[in-house]
Amino acid sequence: MKNFELNEVQKLEGHTDRVWGLAWKPATGIDGVPAVLASCSGDKTVRIWEQSPATGCFQCKAVLEDTHTRTVRSCAWSPSGKYLATASFDATTAIWEDAGGDFSCVATLEGHENEVKSVSWNASGSLLATCGRDKSVWIWEVLPHNEFECISVLQGHTQDVKMVQWHPSVNILISCSYDNSIKVWAEDGDSDDWHCVHTLNQSNSGHTSTVWALSFNASGDKMVTCSDDLTIKIWGCDIIRMQSGDGNAPWIHISTLSGYHDRTIFSIHWSRDGIICSGAADDAIRFFIESKDDLVDGPSYKLIYKKEKAHEMDINAVQWSSMENNRLASASDDGTIKIWEFISAPGKKMHL
Amino acid sequence: MVSGLINANPVVYEKKERRTRSAPVDVDEYAAEEIDQLEIFEHIRDIKDPEHPYSLEELKVITEDAIEVDDKRSYVRVTFTPTVEHCSMATVIGLCLRVKLMRSLPPRYKVDIRVAPGSHASEAAVNKQLNDKERVAAALENPNLVDMVDECLAPSLI
Repeated sequence: MKNFELNEVQKLEGHTDRVWGLAWKPATGIDGVPAVLASCSGDKTVRIWEQSPATGCFQCKAVLEDTHTRTVRSCAWSPSGKYLATASFDATTAIWEDAGGDFSCVATLEGHENEVKSVSWNASGSLLATCGRDKSVWIWEVLPHNEFECISVLQGHTQDVKMVQWHPSVNILISCSYDNSIKVWAEDGDSDDWHCVHTLNQSNSGHTSTVWALSFNASGDKMVTCSDDLTIKIWGCDIIRMQSGDGNAPWIHISTLSGYHDRTIFSIHWSRDGIICSGAADDAIRFFIESKDDLVDGPSYKLIYKKEKAHEMDINAVQWSSMENNRLASASDDGTIKIWEFISAPGKKMHL
Repeated sequence: MVSGLINANPVVYEKKERRTRSAPVDVDEYAAEEIDQLEIFEHIRDIKDPEHPYSLEELKVITEDAIEVDDKRSYVRVTFTPTVEHCSMATVIGLCLRVKLMRSLPPRYKVDIRVAPGSHASEAAVNKQLNDKERVAAALENPNLVDMVDECLAPSLI
């Protein structure tokens, strides 16, 4: 554990209520393009933070307000970084166009009966998924001229759907829910209909309470889920089979990380370097990596670092920068966002 | 609209005598004062039942013994006992308890609210809902529910 350090780079203040979600803008923080982070909050606003090239400090560059009338629960950038989608308890999803740092709301997606909890763009930016308390998952097709057409309403979860996330390379959608299950949705090649192709629940080594979040590894052959049952689970899939167009390829339970958390795990994110980070209701941030020690029973995962009291209150989101390997952002009930640098201590080699 | 009372004739118990704390001999005004069971009880004993003009204490929905506090870990657990097994007001009562403690305790506190084991027909579902902070947050954005909670909390603010 002493081989690693988590250094607080900056604390971002400005939201007047708990911060629920974070999203790093793609292709920023590299090649002289300043890093940009979006955050959303119970204060009904979204804030856009940009790193100053001169000082390296993040500053609030824009506040997106007066569109959502209730909590903004989740935000996601389109792959091109041109659009930001925001999901709100007001039952709508807003699409914001970023014209050089000037944001305007160009579309509002309506249809969910009540709170929208999560929004996700697919890898090509042609599809958008939303989910919510009405137990449904919606798939929207992105059309020209800022038009969005709902092409499927997916029923199957029996409770509140907490998060949707597209696979990083294949058009497979994953959702996780208050009903303790994870569902895999794929398009039927013949009819263009979307179906639930797998349900991962207690009967196949799944979670025993609310599944709050999920994240894929860089290559997309594994995903990690976290839950109110205080465990993290790793799932694997045959990526070759999936990439050849077979959405039915099953996701198999690989490992359960238990005994590390003692309150709900709200957020999980897998870095490009293979470091899994968790944010939990015990105010701590933890880091896990795959351990090569024991390959007899398949890969296992071990805790490599834990930051107690990373925030004053629950941590709702942890998000690795997609561009800068060591940079992490976290968001909390305490109303702040923190930017961190996770590094191996001087003189020590990072084993990954 | 509520067409009838869920529990038309609840048993009403006597209020517990209000204890006064004995003044400590050495007062170190800079020392952090520990939050104890009695203090938590004082915060919630006067919350009004959603459908009766009695306090949660008078209906024995809460007792001092059903409060667990670990000040060092900043942790509180309140276990309440609905007056009837099918009480549809259980989530509202739990919400009142949570809101009152959210407003009264320092933000570092972690609060768990649950119904007493065996006291409610949908125990697991009620507990899960009361401890899902996202659903609690959404509920507290519902003006009707907030009015109801505020009405129940009004006597406890005296």
